[in-house]
Amino acid sequence: MHRIGVFVCWCGSNIAAIVDVKAVAEALGKEPGVVFSMDYQYMCSEGGQGAIRAAIKEHELTGIVVASCSPRMHENTFRKAAAAAGLNPFLVEIANIREQCSWIHRDKTDATEKALILGRAAIAKLMLNTPLQAGESKVVKRALVIGGGIAGLQTALDIADAGFKVDVVERKPTIGGKMAQLDKTFPTLDCAACILTPKMVEAAQHENITLHTYSQVEAVSGFVGNFTATIRKKARYVDEKACTGCGDCMAKCPSKKAKSEFDQGLKNRPAIYIPFAQAIPNVPVIDTTECIKFKTGKCGICQKICQAKAVDYEQQDTVFKESYGAIIVATGFDTMSPDKYGEFHYEEYPDVITSLEFERLCNAAGPTGGHLVRPSDHKEPKKVVFVQCVGSRNGGDCDGKTYCSKICCMYTAKHAMLTREKYPDSEVYVFYIDVRTPGKNFDEFQRRAIEQYDVHYIKGMVGQVEQNGDTLTVQASDLLNDKQIILDADLVVLAMAVQPEEGARAIGTMLTASMDTNDFFTEAHPKLRPVESPTAGIFLSGLCQGPKDIPETVAQAGAAASKAIGLLAKDHLVTNPCVAGSSNSLCNGCSMCENVCPYGAIGYEDQQVVRDGKRVMARQAVVNEAVCQGCGACTVTCPSGAMDLKGFSTRQILAEVDAICR
Amino acid sequence: MHSLNPARDIERISGINARRCMHCGKCSASCPAFHEMDIHPHQVAGMVADGDIEGLANCKTLWRCLSCFACVERCPRDVQPANLIEAVRLWQIRRSGENHMHPQDIPEMLDDELPQQAIVSAMRKYAK
Repeated sequence: MHRIGVFVCWCGSNIAAIVDVKAVAEALGKEPGVVFSMDYQYMCSEGGQGAIRAAIKEHELTGIVVASCSPRMHENTFRKAAAAAGLNPFLVEIANIREQCSWIHRDKTDATEKALILGRAAIAKLMLNTPLQAGESKVVKRALVIGGGIAGLQTALDIADAGFKVDVVERKPTIGGKMAQLDKTFPTLDCAACILTPKMVEAAQHENITLHTYSQVEAVSGFVGNFTATIRKKARYVDEKACTGCGDCMAKCPSKKAKSEFDQGLKNRPAIYIPFAQAIPNVPVIDTTECIKFKTGKCGICQKICQAKAVDYEQQDTVFKESYGAIIVATGFDTMSPDKYGEFHYEEYPDVITSLEFERLCNAAGPTGGHLVRPSDHKEPKKVVFVQCVGSRNGGDCDGKTYCSKICCMYTAKHAMLTREKYPDSEVYVFYIDVRTPGKNFDEFQRRAIEQYDVHYIKGMVGQVEQNGDTLTVQASDLLNDKQIILDADLVVLAMAVQPEEGARAIGTMLTASMDTNDFFTEAHPKLRPVESPTAGIFLSGLCQGPKDIPETVAQAGAAASKAIGLLAKDHLVTNPCVAGSSNSLCNGCSMCENVCPYGAIGYEDQQVVRDGKRVMARQAVVNEAVCQGCGACTVTCPSGAMDLKGFSTRQILAEVDAICR
Repeated sequence: MHSLNPARDIERISGINARRCMHCGKCSASCPAFHEMDIHPHQVAGMVADGDIEGLANCKTLWRCLSCFACVERCPRDVQPANLIEAVRLWQIRRSGENHMHPQDIPEMLDDELPQQAIVSAMRKYAK
């Protein structure tokens, strides 16, 4: 005998302004099986929860329906209230009369009728609910950080300092990421390497941190608290333990035609190389596409001269598996290529460069030793034009990025000042659409470029750049003066849009972590859960989530770490009891459910079943309840109807449909 | 045909929402006829966005634009200034009422020198 209670929430005026809550409560109170019904201003408040607890006890309710907001909002609140009154929390059903009713309807009669129907559907489902018990799963006290730039390193250090083991997997031969390539940092103009390299060393020496450089995460399975990652450590062809980092091999390598990735192609590097002087680990890697030994079988000089006997041409990739409780994505960014903007002739004119190339040209450890010169003839540039927003803020059908890249206004101001500082007789022009400098001491920084460094900021864009002898003719607009102007520049610097690192989409797919159309990882809530992915146990750190500068990246990295620590500090997690289960009188062992399960939760075993009155052995689907996330893909795939989801059984769903159609 | 809302007419003829313009000036920076114009391409986009079509009706710009499409190619907001200018041009021509073309007029205009594409474009412009 059912004794159901119905609680209709006003949500202030959110629901009550459009839905006649009193009428809904009264009508639902007359439904078969319902013995109690009420409405209340805020059901989620302490008063509302108290009313639920009291009604459960007083009326000996066997189940409750709360007609209120989305279950994503307060299902847990009401389940807890029910549990406190001794009712199994899975005997609580939510009828969503806010997001799916009052917020989307304008007509009070229609909205009230719909609220009533949604309430009836919830009652019909509740009639078939069974008490469920949540299980527990163990939390592996180890975190995986994907990406070894400033974001990943900061997250790893914070988690490691809290006492948990952390593995950092970095795709490149060294940690450090993009920040290692920068010269100075805004708004203080302190040197990037001076503040980054101590962090790199700290991470490398931390007893709780293991660095896997030149490695990639190949597969991830499992669930929050217990992920298993397959990691491929690519062959460096140099034994990391034996190598002393003396650099003799690099000096003697006869292949020197490869472009240095670290120096943005402005310098060549040998086939066996360390990306930069402070690289960690300080161990070279052989680029097999450039190495003469790998291409022709001849050479082998590096192996001959290596006193530590560290060079090993036979080295193979190693693949290993490790378990993690939490995974932090810190895959970072790249900048767009200027190729598609033909008006700048980036590919043809060596003196049209990107901002990242400009960083390298300013850097004391860069290709010119910090001497800012034009790539074409190594002359000092005296007239420099900076172009902002290239590829950013695109609209309509344009194929650039729709977002503002956020960091370009500030670094361009920095570049402009650095140029004026190096060459006081230089003229520097910045073409901008808007100058966006929100941030502590940011606007002051940009004003300094104009007021003290005499940088010419011109509102307008560059239309085209043409090579004219050894100068670049820049045709641009000056909107405030309504003029078209022509400048003869020595160097043109393009502030290219940022975009997520190339492999981000593959990582997102692997982790089943959602991404937006720009391939940035999506946060669980844009305001209230900004560092968590909607996929439990996955956290977001740095630019993989959206454009941000170094201070913001570091802040977010710390926030992601604290969320991960909150998870790792728990010994057990409560598991969702709404999992799939197979009925062995119906299962025919066809394997279709196994094929669609995104979590790898379904396996098969031979079990004794009764078929046509005889006991026989048959192949049966078995669900691993610890791994199942209750997505329901198997239940709709199963051709014989053997798979069902606890709490969302086919009978329950059909009962809801029947109630709606009644 | 003309409605009482010129801004809507331009949007209908061009298929462009000029309010997408973020006033970056890429069009005016690219325009080879900039110095011949009284109202510059970025201002055209701004005036169309503001609905000031009358202000454009008698400007020199309409007849100075070369339709080279440099602005269309480079505009980062897909505002297509040259197509806006073309729309205002058409709007002005159609408004004057004397430039309608009927299929029956075509045969006597034909001669061996006239490219077929010119007839197709003329029909597209003047037959509406």
